[in-house]
Amino acid sequence: MSPTFEKYFVPEPSKFPIFGSFALLCIGAGSVMWLNHTGPGPLVFFVGLATLIYMLFGWFGQVIRESESGQYGKNVDASFRWSMGWFIFSEVMFFFAFFGVLFYVRVIAVPSLGSEESVSVLWQGFEAVWPTAGPRAEEAFSPMGAWGIPALNTLILLTSGATLTWAHWGMMKDNRTQLKLGLLLTVLLGALFMGFQIYEYMHAYGEMNLKMTSGIYGSTFYMMTGFHGLHVTIGAIMLLVMLFRVMAGHFTKDNHFAFEAAAWYWHFVDVVWLVLFVVVYWL
Amino acid sequence: MSAVTPDQVHDDHHHHGPTGLMRWITTTNHKDIGTMYLIFSFIMFLSGGVMALTIRAELFQPGMQIVQPEFFNQLTTMHGLVMVFGAIMPAFVGFANWMLPLMIGASDMAFARMNNWSFWLLPVAAILLIGSFFVPGGATAAGWTLYAPLSVQMGMGMDLTIFAVHIMGISSIMGAINIVVTVLNMRAPGMTMMKMPLFCWTWLITAYLLIAVMPVLAGAVTMILTDRHFGTSFFNAAGGGDPVLYQHVFWFFGHPEVYIMILPAFGIVSEIIPTFARKPLFGYASMVYATASIAILSFVVWAHHMFTTGMPAATQLFFMYATMLIAVPTGVKVFNWVATMWRGSMTFETPMLWATGFIFVFTMGGFTGLICAIAPIDIQVQDTYYVVAHFHYVLVAGSLFALFAGAYYWLPKWTGVMYSEFIGKLHFWCSIIFFNITFFPMHFLGLAGMPRRIPDYALQFADFNALASIGAFGFGLSQLIFIVAVVKCVRGDGKKAAASPWEDAQGLEWTVPSPAPHHTFEIPPVVK
Repeated sequence: MSPTFEKYFVPEPSKFPIFGSFALLCIGAGSVMWLNHTGPGPLVFFVGLATLIYMLFGWFGQVIRESESGQYGKNVDASFRWSMGWFIFSEVMFFFAFFGVLFYVRVIAVPSLGSEESVSVLWQGFEAVWPTAGPRAEEAFSPMGAWGIPALNTLILLTSGATLTWAHWGMMKDNRTQLKLGLLLTVLLGALFMGFQIYEYMHAYGEMNLKMTSGIYGSTFYMMTGFHGLHVTIGAIMLLVMLFRVMAGHFTKDNHFAFEAAAWYWHFVDVVWLVLFVVVYWL
Repeated sequence: MSAVTPDQVHDDHHHHGPTGLMRWITTTNHKDIGTMYLIFSFIMFLSGGVMALTIRAELFQPGMQIVQPEFFNQLTTMHGLVMVFGAIMPAFVGFANWMLPLMIGASDMAFARMNNWSFWLLPVAAILLIGSFFVPGGATAAGWTLYAPLSVQMGMGMDLTIFAVHIMGISSIMGAINIVVTVLNMRAPGMTMMKMPLFCWTWLITAYLLIAVMPVLAGAVTMILTDRHFGTSFFNAAGGGDPVLYQHVFWFFGHPEVYIMILPAFGIVSEIIPTFARKPLFGYASMVYATASIAILSFVVWAHHMFTTGMPAATQLFFMYATMLIAVPTGVKVFNWVATMWRGSMTFETPMLWATGFIFVFTMGGFTGLICAIAPIDIQVQDTYYVVAHFHYVLVAGSLFALFAGAYYWLPKWTGVMYSEFIGKLHFWCSIIFFNITFFPMHFLGLAGMPRRIPDYALQFADFNALASIGAFGFGLSQLIFIVAVVKCVRGDGKKAAASPWEDAQGLEWTVPSPAPHHTFEIPPVVK
């Protein structure tokens, strides 16, 4: 054994996890009450949400203080890298489930609903053509085209990936102005993306009669783009926090994994969008 | 970072911080958290057991005696959910928490605070899940698999179950990431991957399975939720969806899930058998590769749960052969265990009894699994008691027996006191005899055509059902013996355990004193 070794950082007892648990209890119970129109659902839900936000601020704040005071060594850094990678993998699998659903619906479920035996026995007059709201669709809708806002959003997200890498180059060169500018641009592009997405939803609901209730097309469309939008929002918040931290003078060119983790996440969100653009909007 | 010069190897200094209840709520210590996991899972085991006994009491004779059919369905559903997500999975995570850092020479888990949250989410999920019995309409009665369209039609108990599943999923994913990072990044100098105890390997691979499939389950129940409340049509054919789609998504999670519940059991058994055969594990490397093969294959066999849903014959054939292929790596494992025992200096202390019992009874469950995998046979036994017998042979006699084996094996390390061999052996013999009395007749019931999940049945099934119910009550009561064994150890009522209480136990966990000090391996040991 070498005479010295790096002691792995083990945190002191912490009150934050139990706040997190209480928060999720309230969010879970509150949502159930809210959905079933019984009891003080929204109240319980928002108490939970507020507790969760308090917990996230406190917990991440503590991690940032520990990191900035140099308590984490190389080993802890490696742990963070492994964990962020596998966390993103778990997110990939979450989206994989919905991509699988879309594949199954388009390749198996809808064609079998339109098969001869199905049409002759159950669903008279149904034509299995995608997009569809199913054999008992109540109202017509127009599907979302790919080459309007979605294509523009693709461009925006790809550009934001480039600006983020440019920001990272700034970090590596110790050019804080480039770093700040790159981060700011990335966050703004993310916000622009979300703005367009919200506009697209309003347009879909208002003029195209495309709703969550528009059969399987509406279900998959809103579920997949909605969860992607949620992840863009989370990623943008992460990058915004990184921007604030950069402005507070955090990070050095050798020690900035939090920034990299947020960047990894952003690129992940980017890649999901590309697949989404192809299979949800385009094909 | 701090560079410290090692002065003493086991530095059990000043445990400061909160005391009493707050110690347990705020703890970041892997041993405290492991203990909480184990206690929680045992409480859930008893709760799920009470549900099982109510089911068996109702089925003691034909006709309706004790519960209403609706409540019976809630019981079968909740029994499954509680046992899978509340008892078996957390129990293995408890073992991982306690033993992984000790086995690889780490000071704690990689993310000690997150570890605490992983645990404390479980009681929250349990409150939502068990609490659903008391809401209007009662708990969900869709079966533990929560198949659509039943799960789309249930009352608010179903919503509570959905959120409970989400929270358990968050807990599992965080726990799994913690385990992966701990194993990959926290090993002591010299502890190469291929020197790790097999328990670490099986848990590493299990953790990957968890990370890969828990999000898919989250997706499945999310679609149930939106179908219920937001008008989507994922599982509704009228809107272009398909109820069978739910089964595909669920079993894409569900089949890896059954390996999540058995791979750590393989790990525990692989620790115990070499100790009591006084021989190194036979075919260590092949055990690692077999575990990995099982995990990889588990992703391409899910539709064998759905042979009767009307799949094309080619699809049935693919899933049938892929499933039968799993018998190969599983067979490698069973043969390796037997080969480890071959010409060993065997003794049969309680952990070894459980481990050998495990091999015997689990293998029977494996064989019935192989039978169920054959599509034409499966079509006959689908949703019969044959399936119930099969998965209880692998889950009770597999996972649970391995858990008891591990508990007796490491109790001296945890408590510093030897358990009573008499009580341990009594627990084992009662369990294995009553287990077989309960579940062996179910094979016959299933082959004779008795469907599962029904509160009443035809007269010709009466004898075997009565027998199974008697066995179930015997099995349930036998588990109380375990409480006696543990309480005696915790109260210090027994022989003091040495650091290595077993004659030939290998592994770093036996180099620290018994009971294991609050902090261990703050200075990493060097493995040669």
